[in-house]
Amino acid sequence: MTQVNNGVASNVTKTQPLWLLAEITYRCPMHCAFCYNPTDYDKHTKNELSTEEWVSALREARKMGAIQLGISGGEPLLRDDIEEIVAEAHKLGYYSNLITSGVGLTEKRIQAFREAGLDHIQLSMHDITEEINNFITNTKTFQLKQKVAAMIKGHGYPMVLNVVIHRYNIEHIGQILEMAEALGADYVELANTQYYGWSLVNRSQLMPTREQLQEAERVTNVFRDRVGSKMKVFFVVPDYYNDRPKKCMNGWGEVFMIITANGDVLPCHSARSLPGLAFPNVRENGLEWAWNESPAFNKYRGTEWMKEPCRSCDEKEKDLGGCRCQSYLLAGDAEAADPVCTKSPHRHLIDEAIADAQNPQLREQPIIFRNDKNSKKYVEGDKERIEQFHALP
Amino acid sequence: MIQATDIYALALHHRFQWEEAQQSHVILFPEGMIKLHGGAGEVIKRVNGKATVGEIVAELKAAFPDAEDIENDILGMFDLALSKGWLRKVS
Repeated sequence: MTQVNNGVASNVTKTQPLWLLAEITYRCPMHCAFCYNPTDYDKHTKNELSTEEWVSALREARKMGAIQLGISGGEPLLRDDIEEIVAEAHKLGYYSNLITSGVGLTEKRIQAFREAGLDHIQLSMHDITEEINNFITNTKTFQLKQKVAAMIKGHGYPMVLNVVIHRYNIEHIGQILEMAEALGADYVELANTQYYGWSLVNRSQLMPTREQLQEAERVTNVFRDRVGSKMKVFFVVPDYYNDRPKKCMNGWGEVFMIITANGDVLPCHSARSLPGLAFPNVRENGLEWAWNESPAFNKYRGTEWMKEPCRSCDEKEKDLGGCRCQSYLLAGDAEAADPVCTKSPHRHLIDEAIADAQNPQLREQPIIFRNDKNSKKYVEGDKERIEQFHALP
Repeated sequence: MIQATDIYALALHHRFQWEEAQQSHVILFPEGMIKLHGGAGEVIKRVNGKATVGEIVAELKAAFPDAEDIENDILGMFDLALSKGWLRKVS
């Protein structure tokens, strides 16, 4: 019985899609300026997978070892078959999570989710002020979110709140945490905006300054010390302010698999922004092939694909060179080191973005909200932005 | 301090199950999963809100008569699981 660390495995060593994210629809009543969804999502809204297609994908993924299931979007509640999908997920033994804005969650539906065996609901919250909530999401949903939070708690679900952090709410983190405590939250994820999709387009509007970030971390730690273990607070740091990149998705094709609304199978949320990669689709070859055999999933597995400075770097196993999408979007080369790394020859691009965040003039640039009209523009191609960011995720 | 008379259960919203694909037991909770190797899984499997720590130790000693110093390992597992919030104390 004597085992290192009391027998708890330190990490996953072989590739297995333990985490499955179902981006079940890109339709959404919210129009959040920080959304990571693809800017051209509009082209994926008319060919969504059917209930039967989702059920068979869930079965196949479960056989491959998928266990944590996130049902996300867009707003998943815009589909009326979530109850059926959840029931099947429960039967298969998934630990399932509905990731929602709360819009469309009724007493009737939450009761049905409970009966179907949904394990938890993750609710997005935006701010303590109605003004900022409504502004950043381009909706009037402040009151609704408070109501939905109470409903989730009332049905015996763990209260899991996700708050995307950006320039407009970062200084309210203390009050946001107090609000979460008052709502009885069990888990709070303070997720600093990562810059992909709509949030990349709006980066100079959204990025906080270094001083704001340091203060937010300090306030979070004070709060953690006070509440102790009754509430778990995750603070997801924004990688731009780090010296080393994140180990994106815990490695390309290592543990994480996404199935999108139209059936594309991806190793990360924004992989479709990368050039020259054909991603598999569940309607064609199935998940087993997608994960194990497809050229796209094998392209950036491990460290073989790396160039300098990653190839000879003694930290390469630690972060696997960071994020392929970020390298492509910012440096124009998917195989370059993530520009966040101070060893990258492109680090100046990150420093310039940080300098932008300090420059109040850029705040005059209008925010581009995530909505169908703006997305249609990106489907057609917005030349100016494509030049700036190489492509749009 | 873990006492032989303590009774524990899995923490709220946590689930324990055998995963065929991983050939191991796991604990599942919102946003997370812990993979338990053989010995750790054997301990958590017996935590059911009824059995005392002492009973669990006795049962494991009987099940694994060749394992040395098993009691310390089991208590260490309880310590770890409590500090991580995977278990809650029932009485």
